[in-house]
Amino acid sequence: MRVARLYDSTVGKKAVMAATGVLLFGFVITHLLGNLQFYLGPEALNAYGRNLRHLGALLWAARLGLLAAVLLHISAAVQLWRLNKQARPSHYEKLTAAGSSYASRTMMWSGPILALFIGYHLYHLTLGAHLLHDADGFPLVYQNVVAGFSDPLASGLYIVAMSFLGMHLMHGIWSMFQSIGWNHPKYTPLIKRIAVLTAALIVAGNISIPVAVLLFHQ
Amino acid sequence: MKIILNIWRQKNPSSPGKLVRYVLPSVSEHMSFLEMLDVLNEDLMQKGDDPVTFEHDCREGICGSCGIMIDGVAHGPLPGTTVCQLHMRHFKDGDELVLEPWRAKAFPVLKDLMVDRSAFDRIIQAGGYISVNTGSAPDANAIPVPKPDAERAMDAAACIGCGACVAACPNASASLFTAAKVSHLGLLPQGQPERPQRVISMVNSMNAELFGSCTNIGECEAVCPKRIPIETIALMHRDYLKACWSFRPESTASQGAG
Repeated sequence: MRVARLYDSTVGKKAVMAATGVLLFGFVITHLLGNLQFYLGPEALNAYGRNLRHLGALLWAARLGLLAAVLLHISAAVQLWRLNKQARPSHYEKLTAAGSSYASRTMMWSGPILALFIGYHLYHLTLGAHLLHDADGFPLVYQNVVAGFSDPLASGLYIVAMSFLGMHLMHGIWSMFQSIGWNHPKYTPLIKRIAVLTAALIVAGNISIPVAVLLFHQ
Repeated sequence: MKIILNIWRQKNPSSPGKLVRYVLPSVSEHMSFLEMLDVLNEDLMQKGDDPVTFEHDCREGICGSCGIMIDGVAHGPLPGTTVCQLHMRHFKDGDELVLEPWRAKAFPVLKDLMVDRSAFDRIIQAGGYISVNTGSAPDANAIPVPKPDAERAMDAAACIGCGACVAACPNASASLFTAAKVSHLGLLPQGQPERPQRVISMVNSMNAELFGSCTNIGECEAVCPKRIPIETIALMHRDYLKACWSFRPESTASQGAG
């Protein structure tokens, strides 16, 4: 009841977006650390993939938790977006940005683009029928990554998608703090800088893999 | 100096409006923006045309009445300034500007550049007050207020309710206004008894008036003539979440006393 009343308000919906955003940000970091094992070679990456699948119930808990976070994040965003559209029914003939970043104004573009990308990515490197598996049925992650990124079109798509992820995180990482009420003149500028730096590192780390495949695995 | 104005003309709340172009050949750079509009209106009235309606009162930057979009920026290009305190020396000879009213579902256009900001009054009515017993004036400094708190409360209280935050926000959110009003009382000892109920009532009222939500982008603080920071909005978020979390329904158990 209390949670439902909280969610009724715009402030509550933003708090839900922040809380789910933290989970998704944590996933993005973990995913990057997993990805970077690509550079340790086929055995290490494939063993990492196998070990993840050996987690069993824990893996499913994580998957369901992430799915719930994604669904909550998206539904709160869509509800707020609809409210915001209704709040400004007539448009300005001229509107000039006076203090906001491009990334912050386009969250409602970068978000849906990322959702579409996640669908493609799951098909391309997790669920698709084209993927290679070993004799025990475990995916050959390394081989699949190399095969997948050897197509410049697919690699290009990932690179573009990661740029949108970077933009989404640049605003999202610091915005989480603001939404739950953490803002301080001393720490907020630092958090904003860390947000940009973290977003850049995540993008660079993820993009490096298709680039490496295109350059060195042809 | 020559200034060309494209002004939003709209007869009444229900009729559609459009931009009309006016050329002002000799504008003094010492005029305020509103004085330039006064000159335009004199001219229009002499010709028998309908003068441009715009809201104004104190013309010294403290009442919050004047507020229009000048070339897509609330209160115009000079930061920390209301339209009445914006002087024409900040523009160049030959500048062509677009003047529009604030645009938000909650701020219907009454006529031309004037909107109805009563939605703000209803947010204040919902909780922007403290309850005190009237009587003789209390002793000064009877209630100690730490200086940093007094200053932050005063910074928030500087809000003049002009509506520029709503106008500049792509979501037409009233978060900065509501947060300023929540915070200037919430930061002081006198505001504590009603603090949880105040923030809940005012945020709910803000939502009921169909203002949009805050996406933390910062357009509002960039155009705020009183430079109220979005840190204030974070304080409102924190108060709101805390108030919802610690909310207790009133006890129905009989107390047995008496």
